[in-house]
Amino acid sequence: MSEVILQVVGSGVLWGFIFVLSALGLTIIFGVMDICNFAHGDFLMMAMFLAFWLSVWPGLDPMLSLPIVAIAIALLGVATYWLLIRHVLKASGMAQIFVTFGLMIFLRGLAQALWGADYRSITDPLVQGSWNIMPNLSLSKPQVVAALCAIVATILVYLFMTKTRTGLALQAVSEDKDAASLMGIPVQKMYILAWIIGAGCVGIAGGLLSEFYYIYPEVGMVYGFLAFITVALGGFGSIKGVFYAGLIIGMVQALGGFFFGSAYQYLLVYGLYFVCVVVRPQGLMGRR
Amino acid sequence: MTDNNLIKKLWQRPSIIIVTLLFLFLLVVPKIVTGYYLHAVILIIMYATLGTAWNWIGGFAGQMSLGNAVYFGLGAYATACSQLWWGWNPWLGLLLGIVLSGIVAFLIGLPCFRLKGHYFAIATMAVGEIVNIIFTNWDAAGGASGLYLTITESSLLNFQFASKVPYFYIVLVLLVLATAITIWLKNSRSGYYFRAIKEDPEAAKALGINLVNRKLMAIILSGTVSSVAGSFWINYMLFIDPPSAFLIMTSVQIALIAVMGGMGTVWGPIVGASIIIPLSEGSRMFLGGTGSGIDLVIYGLLIMLVAIYQPGGIVGAVNNYTKKRQSKKKATLKAVQEVSE
Repeated sequence: MSEVILQVVGSGVLWGFIFVLSALGLTIIFGVMDICNFAHGDFLMMAMFLAFWLSVWPGLDPMLSLPIVAIAIALLGVATYWLLIRHVLKASGMAQIFVTFGLMIFLRGLAQALWGADYRSITDPLVQGSWNIMPNLSLSKPQVVAALCAIVATILVYLFMTKTRTGLALQAVSEDKDAASLMGIPVQKMYILAWIIGAGCVGIAGGLLSEFYYIYPEVGMVYGFLAFITVALGGFGSIKGVFYAGLIIGMVQALGGFFFGSAYQYLLVYGLYFVCVVVRPQGLMGRR
Repeated sequence: MTDNNLIKKLWQRPSIIIVTLLFLFLLVVPKIVTGYYLHAVILIIMYATLGTAWNWIGGFAGQMSLGNAVYFGLGAYATACSQLWWGWNPWLGLLLGIVLSGIVAFLIGLPCFRLKGHYFAIATMAVGEIVNIIFTNWDAAGGASGLYLTITESSLLNFQFASKVPYFYIVLVLLVLATAITIWLKNSRSGYYFRAIKEDPEAAKALGINLVNRKLMAIILSGTVSSVAGSFWINYMLFIDPPSAFLIMTSVQIALIAVMGGMGTVWGPIVGASIIIPLSEGSRMFLGGTGSGIDLVIYGLLIMLVAIYQPGGIVGAVNNYTKKRQSKKKATLKAVQEVSE
């Protein structure tokens, strides 16, 4: 029994790291410009589809096409900022929420129109199978690799945000954009940078996920929603918060799926979030 | 003379004339349109009702609810389950739905009204998903495959009719009622408080305006009326399943109708529903069945355009235009007077 639990916890932690990476982009964008990108999950979906088509032609495995996917989704992020977000920065909160909701519906519809609602998966991925670590503990290889990549990406982003001048400038903008602007920080450029990093992160997460998960237009629904929950649980704008929240959510969904059946695994996650929101509205590490 | 004044007054507020004409027109609609088109009109009116109910939370109380489908679904399920389990009359089921939705709305509102903007939106989405998962896995309530209502004799008491026409009138009454509530809310003390807090939250707080109770009233009202629409829906369609009841997209669509038409306005949701429902039904019909995605593409584009260019919604834009024209008129009148003096 205890070995089974170990297995479940292991898989939960692996999932947790993927959640961390996919939520990281959301929290950076939110922290810097106070905008919640509701199309975030569909950026992930687009990344997965791109990785899929690159594996069909020219036959690049998602692990190898990761940089291409990351750059493409980062560009999608810049386009989103330039064409949409820039125009609603001073508008009401409702307009800000709805513009990304429109984008979400648009991207989902586009994927459905272009590629149909079928479930696809990468045939013969580069990384497959599983490692038997102990007699009763085996971890799926693609998940381990994805988790490792996610850890590396998260650490890099964290170091960038806290150790480099540009990263500190980003944080300054998120603290107080007027003061930052007076100190000579180009706010507009920082906004674009936030979208590049934010969308790039979710692009990497999507590429990693496509190695072992089904690819379909609605896939952004669940993952996007989990990313919101991760960010809200961790506290909007907090990188550390996202790290803890992602791991907690990974564990809760794995343990919940094990004890109550897979139908209820997300019920527990949402329930946990709801309780957290009631007890601590700003999230685990959020600022008030 | 008084008659003249009345006409003058009415003329200054053309919306009243337009709306009266609209309702008169709607009364004769079932004589003109039939079949699928009548169904589309019923859909428009029902969504206009749901949008109106959303408007009380979103437009007036300023809380972005993305979980209003929950109340709609609860109304439908309360009616269906109480009939299947205990053989209740649908009208009793409707009352049960009202009570349940009121309680759920209260339970959502109490903790969540402390949350702002995205936080509230995501919390209500989470509630929607929780309810969706519960009903999808609740076998006694039909599970994932949904529930059928038993067909009974066509009568008002049974809330079932062979023709669509009675359904049309029932849902029209519901919309008139909801619109009346909006007018009342807008001109009530709560309406002024809500507007005050929207214009200047700090000043409103300094004046000691505490909105929690009024917001709770708005969300409970919204929940109960949405629930009645849900009860209507199940009696009309005779079928309900979790996706058609609780999907986030339904919640988004309800909110969108109000936002697009004009948040915080009386007629906005009606205008919004009259545009969005034909659009989604039409693109579904002409561009292939659901799932082709083209309808979603158009839909998404439209939402982005409205959010960027017309965040006040269509009615908001019209109001701005007439206000501008009126102020221009006043300015000219003043100038003329000054010159003549």
